Amino acid sequence: MTTTYVDAIRQGISEEMERDPNVFLLGEDIGVYGGAFKVTQGLLERFGERRVVDTPISESAIVGAAIGASFMGLRPVAEIQFADFISCGFDQIVNFAAKCRYRWNAPAPIVVRAPCGGGIHGGPFHSQQNEAWFAHTPGLKVVLPATARDAKGLIKSAIRDNDPVIFFEHKALYRRIKEEVPEDDYSVPIGKANIFREGKHITVVTYSAMVHVAAEAAEILDKDGISVEIVDLRTLTPLDEETILASVRKTSKALVLHEANLTGGFGGEITARITEKAFEDLDGPVLRLAAPDVPVPFSTPLEEAYLPNTQKLLEKLRWLAAY
Amino acid sequence: MAAVKLELIRPSSGTERATVADQAGAETDPLADLARQSLYYMAMMREVEDRIERKLYRQGKVVGGVYVGRGQEAIPVGSGLAVRPDDMLFPSHRDMALFLIRGVSARQIFAQYMGRVDGLTNGRDGNMHMGDLSKRLVAIISAMAASIPVAAGAAMGMKYQGKDTVTVVYFGDGATSRGDWHEGINLASVQKAPLVLICNNNQYAYSTPLSKQMACANVADRAPGYGIPSEVVDGNDVLAIHEASRRAIAHARAGHGPFLIECKTFRMTGHSAHDPADYVPKHLFAEWSAQCPIARLEKKIIERGWASVEEVASIRARVVRESDEAVEAAEKSPYPDASTLLDNLYEK
Repeated sequence: MTTTYVDAIRQGISEEMERDPNVFLLGEDIGVYGGAFKVTQGLLERFGERRVVDTPISESAIVGAAIGASFMGLRPVAEIQFADFISCGFDQIVNFAAKCRYRWNAPAPIVVRAPCGGGIHGGPFHSQQNEAWFAHTPGLKVVLPATARDAKGLIKSAIRDNDPVIFFEHKALYRRIKEEVPEDDYSVPIGKANIFREGKHITVVTYSAMVHVAAEAAEILDKDGISVEIVDLRTLTPLDEETILASVRKTSKALVLHEANLTGGFGGEITARITEKAFEDLDGPVLRLAAPDVPVPFSTPLEEAYLPNTQKLLEKLRWLAAY
Repeated sequence: MAAVKLELIRPSSGTERATVADQAGAETDPLADLARQSLYYMAMMREVEDRIERKLYRQGKVVGGVYVGRGQEAIPVGSGLAVRPDDMLFPSHRDMALFLIRGVSARQIFAQYMGRVDGLTNGRDGNMHMGDLSKRLVAIISAMAASIPVAAGAAMGMKYQGKDTVTVVYFGDGATSRGDWHEGINLASVQKAPLVLICNNNQYAYSTPLSKQMACANVADRAPGYGIPSEVVDGNDVLAIHEASRRAIAHARAGHGPFLIECKTFRMTGHSAHDPADYVPKHLFAEWSAQCPIARLEKKIIERGWASVEEVASIRARVVRESDEAVEAAEKSPYPDASTLLDNLYEK
């Protein structure tokens, strides 16, 4: 049956709670209210207060408590209400959770869920796409699903994973995309990219909501005889470099697309790897399309100008195709 | 409310606080054993730390930061001997005795400081930055108070699992200025988690005296703001700390939520081995050295007849002998091979 992205995540979480009594949820307004985006709606009624814990407004304590509970053998899934607030719990993620196993062999199998991204008139504090902070931190896994099917399969893998996983859910996708999602128990492996669309002339490497922008542009270019292949990374860490390089070797041209700010964004890393490892296969420069280096603005014309979109992508891809 | 002007605390006159031990007869006193054990662990911690700070560090065999708990040994020992083996401990960086009590050997501790493979972190981290989940010891990180939310979560996990264990977390006075401290205590209190909070108030956070850390008289005064009970205890009286810990642990174990103990003591060193602590008024060192928790306990043991002068001397001799052997063994431990640099970041 067709399922939305938000329902798919909820299904994944609830199936894991059903399967494993050690899985529990904690976060702000996730119980009675069902979460700011209703991801956890109905779970309190189903699993009770013991397993769905409404916390004080304390992001650092939410992440820290998840780490401590994981040391007791539990499988905490923490919700940060907006990815923008994750900076309040930053130290617990990058200094505590990320370093435990490496320093003293103590795994911290936590999941930190964070609704990210713009396009919902959220302004500077409810719109950020800040995955690069965590991709820069060894010891974390960084996951950003673009489809409902992947969202369910990846949240299940994240909960079962024995390392800390930062799980970015794109807010604009919650109710916008709907697709067939298997009802059986499946999972999508962390660290494996997906060829979202096959093509011959240009590779677009992207993830999260931008996969859909790339898909729109690809449909349009098809009519002009330009065939675009879309690599949906799904996971930044660990990075599926093999799939990226194989696609670029096939098409000989690449553009990296993300919603996060350009400078220091993960696109720089992908670009570097392509030029280091597939330079001889390239027939043009590796391009990047990302948000400009400003905060996410509130007002509609400003936000539209900020976000990468189909029009901006088409321009770059046409230029690259003609190169 | 008038602002409280905080002065650095002078040690109390040295009169021992009345404890259960005082009322019991020496012959039948079950605390005689506790006193002897306490003496051993405090003396062992002092000896191991002295060797690290005064010998191995100066010889260049220990590199990096060296933080010792000289004069503060009563805090980890008094509380560490009050917990059960299945309780979880979150030591701070001046609580070496907790590791010794939990069965981490002096050899492993020396190896840890020297960056050898037999340290608890295989050379990945130094000094007291170490832990062992199988011994229910969680490693501290450098950002003070980060352990508090994590300990709150461990305590919440115990409650989740229906266990009657408790979590004990240690921190200094400086750590109580950080948001993590407040967030963690608040969460634990709201959740009625079995958490015991032990503050080593040694009156200095690096070079900053307590009066610049907080404007209330006691760390313990902050506890009622979170709806939890607290107690101030003489931080140089190991038996008093033991008793206070037993009360706090019983409170948490019974399901009444967190309890905070503030141990008033003094940092008898600089912040770390490189710091001569010129900013500390000299007379304070002199006054507090008269309150040495080891000397005070020895005196009491002999006065109460809990052990003879010879037995006390033999504990001191044992500590020296064990440290000699441990240093020698640790120096034989190899350095980690550079080829292991990338190992164990993620599960294989």
